[in-house]
Amino acid sequence: MRLADNYEKNGDLIVTTLYDYARRIANQVTVVKDQGRDWDQLIDDLVTSKYFGYPLMFLLLGVVFWITIVGANCPSQLLSDLFFWFEGQLTFVFQLVQAPEWLYGLLVLGVYRGLSWVVSVMLPPMAIFFPLFTLLEDLGYLPRVAFNLDHLFKRSGAHGKMSLTMSMGFGCNAAGVIAARIIESPRERLIAILTNNFVPCNGRFPGLIAMSSMFMAVGISMASSSLVSALVVASIVITGIMITLAISWLLSRTLLKGESSSFTLELPPYRKPQVITVLIRSFFDRTIFVLWRAVKVAAPAGALIWFLANITVGEYSFIAYLADFLDPLGRIMGLDGVILLAFILGLPANEIVIPIMVMTYLSEGAMIELDSLSAFRQLLLDQGWTWLTALNFMLFSLLHFPCGTTLLTIKKETGSKKWTILAAVLPTIVGIIVCTVIAWIVG
Amino acid sequence: MLMIISLDQLPVGESGIVTVIDAHGLTRRRLLDLGLVPGTVVKTIRKSPAGDPIAYLIRGSIVALRVNDSKQISIKPFSEVAINE
Repeated sequence: MRLADNYEKNGDLIVTTLYDYARRIANQVTVVKDQGRDWDQLIDDLVTSKYFGYPLMFLLLGVVFWITIVGANCPSQLLSDLFFWFEGQLTFVFQLVQAPEWLYGLLVLGVYRGLSWVVSVMLPPMAIFFPLFTLLEDLGYLPRVAFNLDHLFKRSGAHGKMSLTMSMGFGCNAAGVIAARIIESPRERLIAILTNNFVPCNGRFPGLIAMSSMFMAVGISMASSSLVSALVVASIVITGIMITLAISWLLSRTLLKGESSSFTLELPPYRKPQVITVLIRSFFDRTIFVLWRAVKVAAPAGALIWFLANITVGEYSFIAYLADFLDPLGRIMGLDGVILLAFILGLPANEIVIPIMVMTYLSEGAMIELDSLSAFRQLLLDQGWTWLTALNFMLFSLLHFPCGTTLLTIKKETGSKKWTILAAVLPTIVGIIVCTVIAWIVG
Repeated sequence: MLMIISLDQLPVGESGIVTVIDAHGLTRRRLLDLGLVPGTVVKTIRKSPAGDPIAYLIRGSIVALRVNDSKQISIKPFSEVAINE
């Protein structure tokens, strides 16, 4: 103890001397302009205020989604028109060379349709959402969010830095899991890893946005309907954050007992974001990266689905058997067998869950031209979808096993099969419970 | 009268001088890293909506500390210093 005391005293002396020296040098060579701080203080007064802090956070999130939804509408339509025009050309070529029926089905109806759906539905929202989010990051707003939310993390026994790993998770959960390395305490790091999946990654955002705009705001005027769907997506994100806190609390009292360790957070001055750099960086680093990943997985998945749908065993296709098998569980959860099958086959990447679902529905029913969001909505309505199905789809998208990449990353980061399995089982159980309860209450 | 209070007690807008840091181990090191050493001037800037953490101006940057940690830092408020000198 005496030795430790001495050690600390000497250490203090060294640190104090160093800081003193540094301060003297700094005073000689720098001039402090006391400008800008006032504005910063004014903004901070507002965004961290007792009454407006939380509502403003929610509002800002809503506005980001609103701009995304409104802005993505038109380009999505244009892109899908373009793709379907090209499908017509492809069909013409295939007929011209008298290609066999199965090859046409596999390549055009399977691979090409899956791809064009992914690109036309995912590209526009991503090209709008990512730059907006990066702008907020660049402005310096995220540390203020961490400042507002920190006491919740503390109370749930999680580390304060978890708000940073979570905002990485918005981009990609695998990245969020790797980012958990910044947390020194192994206990809190594991909590951050296990709960990162409760933040919807950009593989899931397009699905959330599509579902929300198709089913959550029907029967109201155009202008307010996009606002309502934006607020629904924001609420889904908030739900994810609340579940993160609840599960962290549960883990710190059971499997990973302990208190949260000390934490300091800098609130840097706001900076004028470099708009051009942000646009370029977020487009190439995020949009193209995610899209390419989706395309890489969607193409083979499209082919696989086509095979499953066209190989018949007895009377029905293989895919029909699989969906039928899952149907009872799906119905209990307010979903159906096809949706569950899509989530399971979508394990390689969340981006392809909706394409798989669409392809499966289409392979069962009549082939329709899926050339717009309203045609997509009609397809789902024909399959017996209601707003409840859409809501539970969004919730299960938020609350199910992480994608294959994230699971592999968790395995690598924790070095343990046990934690990896828990990371997959935990959210799935939460999702099944939440969906079942909601279906039961509404039904 | 010489009054020493813990940092979390320093009201928003007030300043003080750090006298003792009673934290140990990793927490202590992190506080020292911020430049929080005996003799440093600290000003309370704002409280978060829940009152914890609290943000302080330390050597030109604004840093938020949890009450758990700021409790372990003793400071002499400026008003007291002025009276004593």
